Amino acid sequence: MFLTLLPEITLVVLAFVVLTTDLALDRQSRAFLPYLTAAGMLLAVIFTIVFALPGDKPQLIFGGMLRHDWLTFVFRLVFLFGALATVLFSAGWERVARRGEYYVLIITSTLGMMLMGASADLVMLFLAIETTSIPLYILAGFITEDDKSTESGFKYLLFGAMTTAIMLYGFSMLYGFSGSTNLYWIAGALMSGELPFISMMGTVILVMAGFAFKVSMVPFHFWAPDVYEGSPTPIAGFLSTASKAAGFAVIIRVLLTAFPLEAFGGVDWTMMMAIAAALTMSVGNLIALAQTNIKRLLAYSSVAHAGYILMGIAAASELGGLSVVFYIIVYLVTNLAAFGVVAVAERTLGSNDLEAYDGLSRRSPALALVLLISLLSLAGVPPMGGFIAKVLVFAAAVEANMVWLAVVGILNAIVGLYYYLIVLKRVYLFRSEEEDKPVPIPRPSAVALTVCLIAILVFGTIIAPWFDYSGIAAGALF
Amino acid sequence: MGLNVFAEEIPYLLIITLLPIVAGALLLALPNRHKLIYNVALGVATVTLLLTVLVFLGFDINGDQYQFADEYTWLPQFGISLKFAVDGISTPLVLLTGIVMFTGVIISQRIDDRPREFFAFMFILASGVFGVFVSLDLFMLFFFYEIAVFPMYLLIAIWGWKETREYAAMKLTLYLFIGSVVALIGALAMYFTSGLNTFDMVDLAAANFSTEFQNLWFPFVFLGFAVLGGIWPFHNWSPDGHVAAPTAVSMFHAGVLMKLGAFAALRVGIMLLPEGAHTHMWWVILLALVNVVYGAFIAMRQNDFKYVIGFSSVSHMGLVVMGFATLNQNGFIGASVQMFSHGVMTALFFAVVGMVYDQAHTRQIPELGGVGKYMKIPTLAFIIGGLVSMGMPGFSGFVAEFPIFMGVWQAYPWIAIVAVISIVLTASYIIRIVSKVFFGETPAEIADHLHDVTRSEKLALGVLAFFLVGLGVFPGMMVPMFAEGVRQIAPLIGLGGF
Amino acid sequence: MNEIPYLSLILFVPLLAAIIIALLPSENKQTVRWVAFIASLIPLALTVWVWLNFDAAVPKDGFKFVEQATWYEAINSTYHLGIDGLSLTMVLLTTLLTPVAILASFSVEKNVNAYMALFLMLETGMLGVFLSLDLMLFFVFWEIGLVPMYFLINRWGSEKGERELWGGIKVKARAYASFKFMIYTMAGSLGLLLAIQLIGVAAGTYDLPRLFEIWPTLTEFTNINTTVAVSTWKTVAFWAFAIAFAIKVPVWPFHTWLPDAHTEAPTAGSMILAGVLLKLGGYGFLRLVLPLYPEQANAAAGVLVFLAVAAIIFGAFAAYGQRDFKRLVAYSSVNHMGFVMLGIAAAARAIGTESATIALNGAVLQMFNHGITAAAMFFLVGVIYERTHTRNLDEMGGLFPLIPVYGGILIFTSMASLGLPGLNGFVSEFLVVRGAWDIFTSATIWSMLGLLFTGAYILKGIAKTLHGPLNKNWVGHLTEINARELAVITPLMVLMLWLGLWPGWLLNVINNAMVALFG
Repeated sequence: MFLTLLPEITLVVLAFVVLTTDLALDRQSRAFLPYLTAAGMLLAVIFTIVFALPGDKPQLIFGGMLRHDWLTFVFRLVFLFGALATVLFSAGWERVARRGEYYVLIITSTLGMMLMGASADLVMLFLAIETTSIPLYILAGFITEDDKSTESGFKYLLFGAMTTAIMLYGFSMLYGFSGSTNLYWIAGALMSGELPFISMMGTVILVMAGFAFKVSMVPFHFWAPDVYEGSPTPIAGFLSTASKAAGFAVIIRVLLTAFPLEAFGGVDWTMMMAIAAALTMSVGNLIALAQTNIKRLLAYSSVAHAGYILMGIAAASELGGLSVVFYIIVYLVTNLAAFGVVAVAERTLGSNDLEAYDGLSRRSPALALVLLISLLSLAGVPPMGGFIAKVLVFAAAVEANMVWLAVVGILNAIVGLYYYLIVLKRVYLFRSEEEDKPVPIPRPSAVALTVCLIAILVFGTIIAPWFDYSGIAAGALF
Repeated sequence: MGLNVFAEEIPYLLIITLLPIVAGALLLALPNRHKLIYNVALGVATVTLLLTVLVFLGFDINGDQYQFADEYTWLPQFGISLKFAVDGISTPLVLLTGIVMFTGVIISQRIDDRPREFFAFMFILASGVFGVFVSLDLFMLFFFYEIAVFPMYLLIAIWGWKETREYAAMKLTLYLFIGSVVALIGALAMYFTSGLNTFDMVDLAAANFSTEFQNLWFPFVFLGFAVLGGIWPFHNWSPDGHVAAPTAVSMFHAGVLMKLGAFAALRVGIMLLPEGAHTHMWWVILLALVNVVYGAFIAMRQNDFKYVIGFSSVSHMGLVVMGFATLNQNGFIGASVQMFSHGVMTALFFAVVGMVYDQAHTRQIPELGGVGKYMKIPTLAFIIGGLVSMGMPGFSGFVAEFPIFMGVWQAYPWIAIVAVISIVLTASYIIRIVSKVFFGETPAEIADHLHDVTRSEKLALGVLAFFLVGLGVFPGMMVPMFAEGVRQIAPLIGLGGF
Repeated sequence: MNEIPYLSLILFVPLLAAIIIALLPSENKQTVRWVAFIASLIPLALTVWVWLNFDAAVPKDGFKFVEQATWYEAINSTYHLGIDGLSLTMVLLTTLLTPVAILASFSVEKNVNAYMALFLMLETGMLGVFLSLDLMLFFVFWEIGLVPMYFLINRWGSEKGERELWGGIKVKARAYASFKFMIYTMAGSLGLLLAIQLIGVAAGTYDLPRLFEIWPTLTEFTNINTTVAVSTWKTVAFWAFAIAFAIKVPVWPFHTWLPDAHTEAPTAGSMILAGVLLKLGGYGFLRLVLPLYPEQANAAAGVLVFLAVAAIIFGAFAAYGQRDFKRLVAYSSVNHMGFVMLGIAAAARAIGTESATIALNGAVLQMFNHGITAAAMFFLVGVIYERTHTRNLDEMGGLFPLIPVYGGILIFTSMASLGLPGLNGFVSEFLVVRGAWDIFTSATIWSMLGLLFTGAYILKGIAKTLHGPLNKNWVGHLTEINARELAVITPLMVLMLWLGLWPGWLLNVINNAMVALFG
């Protein structure tokens, strides 16, 4: 049990180390902090792979609070990778680069996410969610001298608090109905068939409210654009990737284990999720069309992507689960790369307006290329990973006889392509007066971007292993 | 025909498919020096062309249906493998792609804005095209299909004609994207319905889908691809795209990409859902008829030289779809030959248009004149292309159109009678261009700019013209291959005989 | 059956020469001209050789010098050549007129290489039509001949003249004429193309000897998805053929392209156009329409004869009304070719009878004769145009004293054209009328009236140029016909006289073919 929790323990230790080193170092030397954090996280990654490999059978640990299975494992890596990239991007982002507490908050939040992914109990789940969220509230408002950042943090907090409250209400009802906080027990109780349909559906909706906030599902998406816009850019990336992935990890585990379809008979939550998926992607994409700020655009695009992922969940099948995991993995690297580019570009451009990106390809061909590949991957164009991911969720929908949902997905993919191309048009086609000024890329960001870039292409071309891992991870739910 | 020098082990098709994209990636790593980039690009294109020629010569007409087959596992869990092979229909199309790529690179010698990116994107496009022609796996076909679509956006938007490039590029990309995803849904439906857990098209073709299934999905799959083939009323993107694109991209686009649509519509739509095809073809042929006649009419009315060619492509691609819609062997043979012939022909047209525009800086037909005095070889080449276009016997267009019309006769005699009007319309707009642009008085405004083209450009035109005349005079150089390919798929689709 | 593929040689030597000429340096125009001329003599020599070795007494549908090779396997079309008396006559006409026309074009100065190359390509196209024994191949050459002709008219046509189109746009007359020629003929061939495809699909072959057997008796279209009766399709196909060929002949009312094209074409172009291209139409009727559609032709003979008579009469009237000398000669073609049609129509009505055979003999001979006289007439018009730069008859007059030799030649040729006994035109027109008399008596009478006007317009032409008051402008300017021009016209004149006095050598060949085909 110690070994299986080693990654989490590493993070806790890392948080203390960073906090204390921060105190010990002078301002100049604090530039070393992100590297320390990154190294620690890398260590956690190694520990995860070497010591915390799950066995054939899922293992309940920590008094049944956590479940150690392949899903846990894959999501741990996802969160750690997301955090790692975020730290590297932050290293080049002057306003936060030398702030020890900033890294501590990221570490804590990551820890929370890892627990979220593993929670098998409502109590643990709630704790994990709060562990994740509270540091993120702070991080979003981290730049206190910036009104927008403050606003963003506060908004995030209010939204979060409200939805968490609703979710908690749902949790309490679940406990009331089943007499247990363990997800697997709850499933058994619901299966008994004694509960009226309306109560079960009601509970699903209440519980989903909290999760929906995390993944910015419509209609709980209102915070996303404002928060992304105001937060430090690396944190916006973190919010849109790792935090969202954590939300999905919880959604698939809770929905598929605690609310088995058999318990409903006929009408179940899949239709609700399908409608939510359709709404989420449509709203996200359509509003993204009108954006003039790249962070807001990416925010709405990430809302839309939540919709695509929900398609896989709505399918409620093995392929659906697999497609969700695969999509999340690909989406993580892709969106990290996109936000990474924004973070790097922001330093020189001084603005996040789309107009500022005019002629970027002449100022920094490499940065433009990364943006090109990541946006095309988001749009679902091969040979980028995004294509495979989209195909898989569409496949899941078609397999589940939800062709209409796949069609909605297609229409959305086209809208999405449109606004991604608008950005690329500025980058590649438009000219600006400052074309002769290059855009330098800080080394840590360059490393992170390169890794993301390679990952995007690898996910899109050599698919079989990732497909397998996703399948195994999703298989843990069935 | 089969030459023995081809060791089975060399994966020609894999090399052909991946060479351009890998070369494109490497180009991005080179310093952006024009001469270096161009020479490397030309080298890669030459090697690719040679490889395609090898495959063409090495294809044994009397051999198996699929040759040069290679298979690599890719995603076995999902039944996807990298299965490459060519048959009698795709082999010449691979050659076509090689030709267009080679000549396209030559024609692009004068690109001076970011040549590195230009050639890289163009090569990615080429890889996608090759991939579609050689894939026997439905999923990989889509994969490469999409790869072929997206570089178009950048190529047109960045290096295209300033007036319309943004609009045209976006329109084109969205149209094609819609088409391809619609078809993708159909493909997924096939995958799940077959229950075979494979995307292998040979297996799927034997999956015996129910008639209802085929009737339901055929329109999605067929039209999804036919959008790229320029079928009316989804042809709108094509003339705009052609006109806005830089010369080499127009060549690629009209020359090869539109064939991609028709080819995929055949491979996926007709071959996998033959019963659906039999149910729905009566209206497809009507759409194709509109293409053929309406496209020619619109072409007559254009004042922009390049738009004329753009709409002529719409008209000619209509003939391809029409040939397929006959669902008999003659129609199929003709449509296949037309794909090749039209590919080379439009490539040549756009190359010449590009040369004229580069020098005269206008494409308005009334503002041009007497270009032939300055550019003899391009004029001759354009005339040859024009004769092909109007289906003049002795040129490849005739060899292609004749069987198409025979096929239409067999299936829908009345449509043949209507469609043939397009030949006169085509003749009239081609003659108009030839006599107005290439002959006649040279307006003073452009006279100073005109000069002869370079030797390598002449070479490119010569290569293209060679195939147009060669195929017209000796249909035997390629038609038996197409015919054999069609004959082999005939039982599968239930094609009518001769 | 032959060791040496004579027909292929005849067919492709001009094309080969054309390619060589296109590649020759363009500086030395004289070399180019002579190369072209000598090259054009080769097919002539070969044709004469073939003629001498041609056994005129052929069995039914026996084609000589047959060559066959694979060509377009996928649709069962082969490269199949062969000749009988009919095609041989036409081949001889073509190979004979081409060197003459090339010699006549030595005065062309602009782009000599291209001109000569196109001219030789044109010869290949025309010969191909006469030599093909495959319907598809026939069509290939039928169409391909248009292209060089288009460029010859468009590039080397008369410099002067403008035509106003709709909307007041002015274009050069030659551009207008060449465009009209191209579109008119292409449109005409569309029906032909469709009908050929119909035949190919229904019969499964394009081979002519086989089609002669299969097609007329075919009663069911197994390959075509149609509910329309076979006889209806056949009638439609018949008209498609007939119209395509009628445009080429040209038969009134499809003749309107002809005056424009002939007038604007360069001299040698007009010579070939009138001399050979028009014959393609007549040849099409004889080679394809009558054997393939005996029933339909029989039914339509009444219409054909009406058109023929209309062509004869209206052609003559129209010619008489012209002021432009070249237009006058152009309309005379309509008039003369009307007799060919008359013969064909008569044969269509009464195929197999003796009268029909006589009419057919007349028609074929008339084609040959008109080829020679029309070429000569156009040449003579060209000669005078080169000197005066006008074709307006009103601006000439009384030129005989200035150019007596030319005048003599013009009168001689005109008389041949008019049908003076003793010259070639008489023989053939007589045969046509003799043959048609039994079959279409009243139509023949009307056509005789037309012949009267033939005399009228030809005499008008002579009178306006050679006689009457002398137009003083030309004194001192007008030079006599020169040696080269004499070399052009002499062989034609010899033939006119020879055929007028002893047509037997040619008629024998023609008659055998006609008997074999329709007897």
